[in-house]
Amino acid sequence: MTALSTRELARVAVFAALIAVLGLPGQLLLTGNAVPVTLQTLGVMLAGALLGPRLGALAVLSFLALVAAGLPLLAGGRGGLGVFTGPSAGYLVGFVAGATVIGLIVRAGGQRYRPALGLAANVIGGMAVIYAIGIPVQAWLTGTSSLAATAYAAAVYLPGDAIKAVVATVVAAGVHRAYPQLLRR
Amino acid sequence: MIGLYLPGRTPLHRAPAGLKLALLALGVGVLLTLDDLRWLTVAGITILGLYAVARVPPRVAAQQLRPLLWFAAFLFVVQTLLTDWLGATALVVRLVLAVALAALVTLTTRVSAMLDVVEVLLGPLRRFGVQPERVGLVLALTIRGVPVVAGVLGTVRDAHRARGVGGPPWRLLVPVLVRVLRQADALSDALIARGVDDEAERRTRR
Repeated sequence: MTALSTRELARVAVFAALIAVLGLPGQLLLTGNAVPVTLQTLGVMLAGALLGPRLGALAVLSFLALVAAGLPLLAGGRGGLGVFTGPSAGYLVGFVAGATVIGLIVRAGGQRYRPALGLAANVIGGMAVIYAIGIPVQAWLTGTSSLAATAYAAAVYLPGDAIKAVVATVVAAGVHRAYPQLLRR
Repeated sequence: MIGLYLPGRTPLHRAPAGLKLALLALGVGVLLTLDDLRWLTVAGITILGLYAVARVPPRVAAQQLRPLLWFAAFLFVVQTLLTDWLGATALVVRLVLAVALAALVTLTTRVSAMLDVVEVLLGPLRRFGVQPERVGLVLALTIRGVPVVAGVLGTVRDAHRARGVGGPPWRLLVPVLVRVLRQADALSDALIARGVDDEAERRTRR
């Protein structure tokens, strides 16, 4: 693994900040103010889709490090070590893997961002991978059946995440058009 | 930015962050093995005592657990249906205690002290190419970046509003992201100009 260049380092920091801002209350809500679906996982998807696997994962990691250090940056003003011993701990770890997988899939498509592939990447990395880690950890941490954890995920996360996967694809396509050198190594 | 740290001078505040983190890991590990409600009661009283020692106001303590409320209720109902209410109670209590214990460490430890522990823990990874001081720089830049990115979002939103651009709010995100990426490039130029070493680039130039 080579060291990060200063340009990459700045992108990681700025994207980590973006993931935090998307979770701040009142910043931006997906569906207006009726249903408070926050955009934090949208930030995770965008990190993978725009920065690629390595920088995207590092941005998510930096964000989580600051959450663990005690800044209330998670959606709903949560933060601190409590969220890492709480029921959604696995989902947070899943964010890192999710951003990596999204980045890998998008990268595999070459230097141009392909929306169809991008959407597949967001669904696989941003949803399937995150659930695949989040659900078993939730079941284990709470000592309940995986069935209950799965039902909870389906009810609470699935609808919002499906919308976010689509939005992330549209937004990523727009940004790649405006900033075409992003996928170049 | 305001962290979750609660200023104080109690023994818990003054204990080294690394020690608190190690004890927390141990404590949560023990908690996860407890099934008996009697032992969970003992653990609960102990944690309550620690909160008293740290002089955490009851209101602040309750705030730490509020996000858990809905999940705990859901868990209790499902688990009562699947097994029995005794098991369900033990489950929910264990979960609440684990979160309460971790929250206590956060409440009594400064963010800067936590970040110092991160740098120390990353030390052994140096041989794999991790540079702890650069990780520290990224984290510091991220903290500074939060208000900057929020400002960019506000500017773009105002610009859209002023021109009467309608549509769903996420449409703002493309201009926001382009600006944010430009800011990142400007930031890296500023860092290089101020002598932050760019080893990777120097290596490719050689």
